[in-house]
Amino acid sequence: MKSRTDKSILNFEAVVIGTSAGGMNALQVILKSLPRYFALPVIIVQHLHPNSDDYSARILNDSCKMIVKQANEKEKIGPGVVYTAPPNYHLLVEENKTFSLSIAEREKYARPSINVLFETAADVYGAKLIGIILTGANNDGSEGLKRIKEKGGLTIVQDPETAEVDSMPRDAIAATKVDYILPLEQIGPILRKMSQKQEDG
Amino acid sequence: MPAKDNENIEIQLLLEAIYLKYGYDFRSYARASIKRRILHMLSLSGHKNISEMQHQLLYDTDFFDKLLLSFSINVTEMFRDPKFYKSIREKVIPVLKTYPFLKIWHAGCSTGEEAYSLAILLKEEGLHEKSQIYATDFNEVVLKKAKEGIFSVDRIKEYTSNYQKAGGKESFADYYTARYELAKIDNSLKKNIVFADHNLTTDSVFGEMNMIMCRNVLIYFNKELQDRAINLFHNSLAHFGFLCLGSKEDLRFSAHKDDFEEFVAKERIYRKRG
Repeated sequence: MKSRTDKSILNFEAVVIGTSAGGMNALQVILKSLPRYFALPVIIVQHLHPNSDDYSARILNDSCKMIVKQANEKEKIGPGVVYTAPPNYHLLVEENKTFSLSIAEREKYARPSINVLFETAADVYGAKLIGIILTGANNDGSEGLKRIKEKGGLTIVQDPETAEVDSMPRDAIAATKVDYILPLEQIGPILRKMSQKQEDG
Repeated sequence: MPAKDNENIEIQLLLEAIYLKYGYDFRSYARASIKRRILHMLSLSGHKNISEMQHQLLYDTDFFDKLLLSFSINVTEMFRDPKFYKSIREKVIPVLKTYPFLKIWHAGCSTGEEAYSLAILLKEEGLHEKSQIYATDFNEVVLKKAKEGIFSVDRIKEYTSNYQKAGGKESFADYYTARYELAKIDNSLKKNIVFADHNLTTDSVFGEMNMIMCRNVLIYFNKELQDRAINLFHNSLAHFGFLCLGSKEDLRFSAHKDDFEEFVAKERIYRKRG
């Protein structure tokens, strides 16, 4: 029988990922290693040009087994789906586990902002959230990852040595005592492990 | 019902207090965004917690005005989403040209950039003289700014590019006068715009419009309030009037979806059924 702590650590409900420069390739590597019916929703903020359309979601959708789609406002967040933030909108998680959008000011020069997603998701999912920072050129996401850690969630950062652009992972590691610093190829497998433990338990 | 943490209880109480004291109703706003703004205000205020801040809000009107300003999201630009304006020009304007007189309501106009964009478009299409634009917002501070029509020169480059992508026919520089860091919108564009106070959460119908533009406002409302607003728009539109929403706002899941048909689906331009 599992101990209480064990269970609370393993019972995850969602994964959030933040990335900017170099993110497309990194996301493809991770998503490729996840099964079609991955047990958790994966929610992504990727910094993109404000006038880009949904090409990012389409490219990701073509390169993995899970369904990848742009998040809609009021949409119910469900398992086995990868959601991407629409360009030029902040993506937020509401208490009833639906999305909302906002065109509020940029944060850390970014809209969508990783911090906005991570902090609102941490408020809702608490310890049942996995937060991941990947390659990127600025320091958006560090505060969000810190909030996830404070709420008891699991934090993962791509090993800066393996990142196309290392400033975002480095800043995240400096801001929080993260749980795992991993080369890109190992992030997908650990997500599988976390979600499987949950299914088995 | 699971116990809420103090912060969420305090936010609920604060929104109730604002409604009772000042009549502004944010209780049906999507909560995550409003929570972020409250916590931001809290960190600036120096108060220990939201309950403490609520006390000041009730007794200090100036403080409330500041919070109110931070609640309304005033991020806007001229010809925001150029493709939308291009669709208006190419698809909607030809229909509007057949009408003898036009009434247009721009709900949630913020500091006026999109109302002036519309005025420019109408002018270039020869409709300006027979149009009346009603541009409304619940916030008096932004309405005052909108009336002044003064923008930062820093944004002119972006606006010019938007204007061109939106199918602009003239030189964008004809529509403003720049002086030092400021650009002032040409007075001729103000002639047919009335800026007025209107609150979508509490106020009622604004009659017989040929077109209503309300972009990136509904995303802040919960489902019930969204339906209220869409019903309000429906009742404020003339038969076959146009409803224009923001690029991520959709009538598909609305209780009133059958009252409208898609006119340019991709740009969220709808038309009231007859």
